[in-house]
Amino acid sequence: MRKPVLIVVAIVLAFAIYKLSRRGSGPAKPGSPPAAVHSVAPDFLLQDLNGQPLGLANYRGKVVLLDFWATWCMPCRGEIPHFVEFQDKYRDQGFQVVGISMDDGPKPVREFYQEFKMNYPVALGNEKVAEAYGGVLGLPVTFLIGRDGRVAAKYVGEVQMPTLERGIESLLQAK
Amino acid sequence: MLLCCGVLTAKSVSVYLRVHMKNLVRCYSFILVLGLSAAMFVPTRHALADGFSGSSAASTEPTQAQSVTSDLAPGSAQLINAEHLVNILRSHEGEKPLILNVGPHLIYMQAHIPGSEYIGPSSDAQGIGSLRRRVKLLPRNTYIVLYCGCCPWSHCPNVRPAYNELHKEGFSNVKVLYIADNFGTDWVDKGYPTIRGQ
Repeated sequence: MRKPVLIVVAIVLAFAIYKLSRRGSGPAKPGSPPAAVHSVAPDFLLQDLNGQPLGLANYRGKVVLLDFWATWCMPCRGEIPHFVEFQDKYRDQGFQVVGISMDDGPKPVREFYQEFKMNYPVALGNEKVAEAYGGVLGLPVTFLIGRDGRVAAKYVGEVQMPTLERGIESLLQAK
Repeated sequence: MLLCCGVLTAKSVSVYLRVHMKNLVRCYSFILVLGLSAAMFVPTRHALADGFSGSSAASTEPTQAQSVTSDLAPGSAQLINAEHLVNILRSHEGEKPLILNVGPHLIYMQAHIPGSEYIGPSSDAQGIGSLRRRVKLLPRNTYIVLYCGCCPWSHCPNVRPAYNELHKEGFSNVKVLYIADNFGTDWVDKGYPTIRGQ
């Protein structure tokens, strides 16, 4: 009689420890599971500024630089001319920049797109995409995604361009 | 005689334990299971829920004289750090600030400080208009905390215009939450309380 009771207690105890350990990790960080390095980059389907569908799946087999940015974000504004340059420089090797703007509306994004002569697709982001990528709770956030569709690197805040470019070249060379 | 009594007592205790042990095990197991179940399934109570009214407009005298400068340099008197704010909100005593988010909506929707109100980015006229409407009827000594966290402190386009506006409107007890890098790194990742949605 005692044995079954002890088994039940042990099971409940193990379950309780598991639950309590999860609770102890603090408030739920938006986006789970996050797009961690080495994990498959979550696909999404958005509309670009011209109303055309924009999804990550369209670029499978390419090295993708996924940039979460906004027109009001000064570090983002500093990065974008470099991304435009990278897009031109590495396009033929299978490189693609994709921008996801976290602006609240399309108007400033369209104006910015023209002004900065952006040469890669940009879509307005939403909560769902942000959370799929681990929560975008500050900008800029940049992901480098390899040809295999896996996240190779994540940069929170302004990224050092030489570091980023080395990462791009390394991924482009990998088969 | 003594030995006989000892043997009899030990035997009685042994019999008693054998009879009641099963019941004791069941009883303690039941209590243990009940307690653990309660711990597992009772929803986590929010640390900031206690006594916190985000729209509190109770008035007190400003705690520090505020200068008219608006550069909000790190360490300046107009700023409040995250730990200090959390302590104020968790405390059962003292005045609770009205917390206004003057940042982008998409970030607010993902995570924000419990009890905070969404105003909108103060970098544009619409956001400043919303801020002005929200505080219009408040006593000028209302304790207000502004925050954004969209990007690194020196680059935030929202907190300074918001602070300047409230200063211009005559509010004398305004603090700005100092967020060095962004709301994710400096608040969420540190385990401070957040909620999501509207």
